[in-house]
Amino acid sequence: MAKSNKPIIWGTFAAGGELVSLVTPVLILLTLLAATGHVPDALSYAKLHAFAAGWFGKLVIFVILFLSLWSQAHRLRITCFDFGMRADGVVAVVFYLIATVGSLASLMYLARI
Amino acid sequence: MSRRPYVREVSPTSWYFRMPRYMRYMAREVTSVFIGIYTVILLVGLARLSDGDLAYQGYLAALRQPSSIVFHVLALAFSLYNSFTWFNVAPKALPIQIGEEFMPDSVVAGGHYVVWVALSLFILFWAGVF
Amino acid sequence: MSDNRMEVRQVELEVLRYNPETDQEPKLQKFTVPCVNEWCVLDALNYLKDNLDPTLAYRWSCHMQVCGSCGMMINGEPKLACKAMLRDYPGTIRIEPLAHFPVERDLVTVADDFMAKLKRVKPYLIPGQPRTLEDGEYKQSPEQLKRYRQYAMCINCMLCYAACPEYGLQPKFIGPAAIALAHRYNQDSRDGGRDERQEEIATNEGVWECTFVGACSEVCPKHVDPAAALQQVKVASTVDWYLEHFMSWVKK
Repeated sequence: MAKSNKPIIWGTFAAGGELVSLVTPVLILLTLLAATGHVPDALSYAKLHAFAAGWFGKLVIFVILFLSLWSQAHRLRITCFDFGMRADGVVAVVFYLIATVGSLASLMYLARI
Repeated sequence: MSRRPYVREVSPTSWYFRMPRYMRYMAREVTSVFIGIYTVILLVGLARLSDGDLAYQGYLAALRQPSSIVFHVLALAFSLYNSFTWFNVAPKALPIQIGEEFMPDSVVAGGHYVVWVALSLFILFWAGVF
Repeated sequence: MSDNRMEVRQVELEVLRYNPETDQEPKLQKFTVPCVNEWCVLDALNYLKDNLDPTLAYRWSCHMQVCGSCGMMINGEPKLACKAMLRDYPGTIRIEPLAHFPVERDLVTVADDFMAKLKRVKPYLIPGQPRTLEDGEYKQSPEQLKRYRQYAMCINCMLCYAACPEYGLQPKFIGPAAIALAHRYNQDSRDGGRDERQEEIATNEGVWECTFVGACSEVCPKHVDPAAALQQVKVASTVDWYLEHFMSWVKK
């Protein structure tokens, strides 16, 4: 039995799981405030654009998006299996492809700011 | 005397109704749907931000749709559930041995809660919420 | 009887019966068993077999939570029948063979699958260096003992397999107890066999089938916490993977 290559994804799942647990609730709270009309100062166009223009802001945004995409893609794959979908290979390709495209897109958007 | 073992099949689609602990596990799994969709919402926000002020104002306007508010409230509840389950099991993966004794799980989990509260407050403060 | 402790009450048992020679499928059979309230479920089964139906088949040996033979589903929960006390079950008690294992007869399951997996993970010390008698005994500090002691408490009762939904869905999964035992030896300062065990457990049907439901640890009668062991194996295997792949690129 060959050793598994799952660690490469699991690494992002573990790191992403930790990050998502720590920051996602407060991020949702911020956009919820914006959704109810109380746009937080940092979410104004000028402030957020300035943040994303700096290398530190770019790094923070990329790390959050990259790890969230990969960790949730991996979890969604397992969730599909747990709900009874047995086409695990197809499911894995679809979610990991979304995570790949999302990661590349976020790099592209950040480069434009 | 012949052996004829009886195999009880497990339903791949409804196994989790068998025990409350399986339902709790599936609730944890389902949080990934909300967090996954939310990540895409963030990604779209970044795209609109890179498109300029006008596009970004359109994104903020879209956030104000009632369906978006409902989603946010649900996503907040699910992501909190996900965070708490994660903090509670975090000590299992990386036990820390100091001298002879292992650090109690409650200390490692408690540390996660402390960092979570501090980081959340810092981000809210940074964002100008208060 | 004046002593309340020794009070006898009639306990309703629903026992899953299966006779491979006559039955197409298992079915529940009801018994009313006069029980002393301080008994455990195993005592009730012993009374039943001795006095009501001698054909009932089930495994047991020690009656003291050491041998690990009397695992069964009690009201749907994997339990040792010797550890499930009647006083905790006020109503009818449903007794079935351990979930996820084929039923041999009545409450007896076929454990061959677990036995084969146990063998695969080499749950014994594999010395790293050959050692002669003249070298003397192995020395181990309390600190080194603590690193694996908890995982050495496993009694192979298979309750964790009956609790693990991933094992039920994917019977190829090596499963909680066997991987926790592999971890037990990997953590032992006297052992040098980790590489051999990784070949079995760092695989898709090994630790990577686990999704950390955590049910194994909740039902474990010995507080082994197999779920913790499996997470630690995942972390270590992930570090291995990155080292094996990136270090080999660095070397090239």
